[in-house]
Amino acid sequence: MSTKTKTTNKPKLDFTSGWGYTPSPESTDHIKLEKRYDHFINGQFVKPAGGKYFPTINPATEKQISEVALGDARDIDKAVKAARNAYEKVWKNMPGAERGKYLYRIARIIQERARELSVIETLDGGKSIRESRDIDIPLAAAHFFYYAGWADKLEYAFPNRKVESVGVAGQIIPWNFPLLMAAWKIAPALACGNTVVLKPAETTPLTAMKLAEIFRDAGLPPGVVNIVNGDGIAGAALVNHPGIDKVAFTGSTDVGKIIQKAIAGTNKKATLELGGKAANIIFEDAAIDQAVEGIINGIFFNQGHVCCAGSRLFVQEGIADLVIRKLKDRMQTLIVGDPMDKNTDIGAINSKEQMNKINEYLKIGVAEGAEMWQSNCQIPKTGYYCRPTIFLHASQSHRIVQEEIFGPVLAIQTFRTVDEVVEKANNTPFGLSAGVWTDKGSKIFNLTTKLRAGVIWANTYNKFDPTSPFGGYKESGFGREGGLHGLMPYVNLK
Amino acid sequence: MSRIEILKTYKLYIGGQFPRTESGRYYPLLDKKKNVIADVCLGSRKDFRNAVVSARGAFNSWGGRTAYNRSQILYRIAEMLEKRKSEFIEEIILQGGNKADAKKEVELSIDRLVYYAGWCDKFQQIFSSVNPVASSHFNFSVPEPTGVVAIVAPQDSSLIGLVSLIAPIIAGGNVCIALASEKMPLCSITFGEVLATSDVPAGVVNIITGKTSELISHMSSHKDVNALVYGGKDQKEIKLVKENATLNVKRVFVYQNNWNKTESQNPYFIFDTQEIKTTWHPIENIGVGGAKY
Repeated sequence: MSTKTKTTNKPKLDFTSGWGYTPSPESTDHIKLEKRYDHFINGQFVKPAGGKYFPTINPATEKQISEVALGDARDIDKAVKAARNAYEKVWKNMPGAERGKYLYRIARIIQERARELSVIETLDGGKSIRESRDIDIPLAAAHFFYYAGWADKLEYAFPNRKVESVGVAGQIIPWNFPLLMAAWKIAPALACGNTVVLKPAETTPLTAMKLAEIFRDAGLPPGVVNIVNGDGIAGAALVNHPGIDKVAFTGSTDVGKIIQKAIAGTNKKATLELGGKAANIIFEDAAIDQAVEGIINGIFFNQGHVCCAGSRLFVQEGIADLVIRKLKDRMQTLIVGDPMDKNTDIGAINSKEQMNKINEYLKIGVAEGAEMWQSNCQIPKTGYYCRPTIFLHASQSHRIVQEEIFGPVLAIQTFRTVDEVVEKANNTPFGLSAGVWTDKGSKIFNLTTKLRAGVIWANTYNKFDPTSPFGGYKESGFGREGGLHGLMPYVNLK
Repeated sequence: MSRIEILKTYKLYIGGQFPRTESGRYYPLLDKKKNVIADVCLGSRKDFRNAVVSARGAFNSWGGRTAYNRSQILYRIAEMLEKRKSEFIEEIILQGGNKADAKKEVELSIDRLVYYAGWCDKFQQIFSSVNPVASSHFNFSVPEPTGVVAIVAPQDSSLIGLVSLIAPIIAGGNVCIALASEKMPLCSITFGEVLATSDVPAGVVNIITGKTSELISHMSSHKDVNALVYGGKDQKEIKLVKENATLNVKRVFVYQNNWNKTESQNPYFIFDTQEIKTTWHPIENIGVGGAKY
């Protein structure tokens, strides 16, 4: 195989000496955080029924930032009842244009408080401040803004059908894009006239609580959105509660399957946005430097904690050596470290648990015979960090190729023909996304018709927009979020 | 002694500026008792031509902006109008409206702007298509703004008619020159002040006051105007406009809706001033691949 070049940890280009960046930390003195957060139920901050709280940790320092209510079935029940009450008495019958105005207000307040939200997102989740500032928070505002506009236009989205809301939506979101995922879930639900009980991820609850403050300040009627913090116990109680009409879940395929089973005997609607193992395919006729940037962005964006991460790289044989050399050079320039530093490219791994999982996969990859290569950057002594990692000579049967690692770990394979790469790319239970890099347009569309995945990025990667539907094929889940199609899960068509 | 009020000079709104008419002419706006409320600019053909130049200059930037950006700017117009509500209500009353109707009209105008703000990044999904052609091609059709649109605002309202015509046109990425209601022109120029402070780029909307009878022939025959939206009811004017439009195959739309009704808003008002562009692109060989998985 042509990728079998001798690799050492010595960079060919010297980026380490004489090239220091002055630290450029974002300040935290302007943010307001409480020492303790409760649930947000019926427009009030409410103490947990069980009286228990759990710490939320800054993964960059391993220090506690705040503590958060540990929800159980009693809290969920209270929240579902509040949501039902608000649905029947206020929200369901409010004219769409008026519902939309609340969503516009929320979008505007998110924009106004963007800096505070960015800082808290980075403190709580470990992602680089550059990403939370430039991607997570602006996109969250944009989602509310976009779906605000749909609230009074639903009849145009579904011609010849009477559009009705579904009822109470139970929504469970992951820790990789905490506020953004809350926006993806809440905005379309409210626009279509539903009310919500949201359970944030247990490692990243803080921006959801800031969002609760925004709902309050926007004058959103009590009970329209309720937020219950906690772990899987609260999540399970929400999914199984007879008072909800719809489940929206973003997270792992394993949990997604449990949810699908749990609601099998009910009339609950569901959308599942689950795991992925996306193929990022580089053809010989691609613009190589641009493609290398795309590989970097595909797998190292948000520490690789991205369900649609381009975690399998397929390089056409003739350019494999060149691409891998350039990829290694580029990886050597990535700055791993303090997420609050504006120079940082790769922040902290979200939690100790996730750190352990990634480290386990690194061992598995080596044990299976793939060749591991990491950049030799400095990483902080405390906090959870992982050097950007690639595995050369990976093969289809390797677990690092088949399973979602959810970290900055890329498995590299080569291919010769289009048919071969389509076969390999589709050979996975997942089907969330894929990337194609070539200067030939007809090849792009050939690939997009044949790749079994919900989002295909051509000569770009990891792009998101409120107008663009996102979601998976196969075991990456079903239902779409974003765009006109993102309304579908939140309406009943009569 | 009571304070002497400062009276406002009503001028035109062209290219983001508030010039007087180049003609130096005016017409007096009278109240019910025949007292002069204001001297209104009697806009000229040259004013219109200047406005077309401004509009054309702004088209590339406005039409090329992201839909999200246009959406936020239209929403910003609504925000500004909401805060200046009382000013518009006063002007409508001054021009003969009653208080309750005036309030309703202004609030509806605000809501209509919000309505079209929402459409900026949505009408494309309603009117676009991916066309399943019987060959190995990726073929899709999308709306694009037609360009410079001339508007003859309805005579029977000062604000709601004007807003109802301008909003869908700029929501779709067009630029426009609106001729205000001759009888009730005050709100149009004040609305220009709202636009000027709402991040609407200079030249995207231009507003002229004056006589329809004097300007309509010129508006409909100007060769750098791509479409004309006529909000009046005069059959002779409609015929004239349609005939003049043939000079450069202008698109002409005659709207006679009751703008005070919430039903008088829909995305087809945006669609009217859109072109549809179809793109063909080859696909190496089409197929639903990987069926094995």
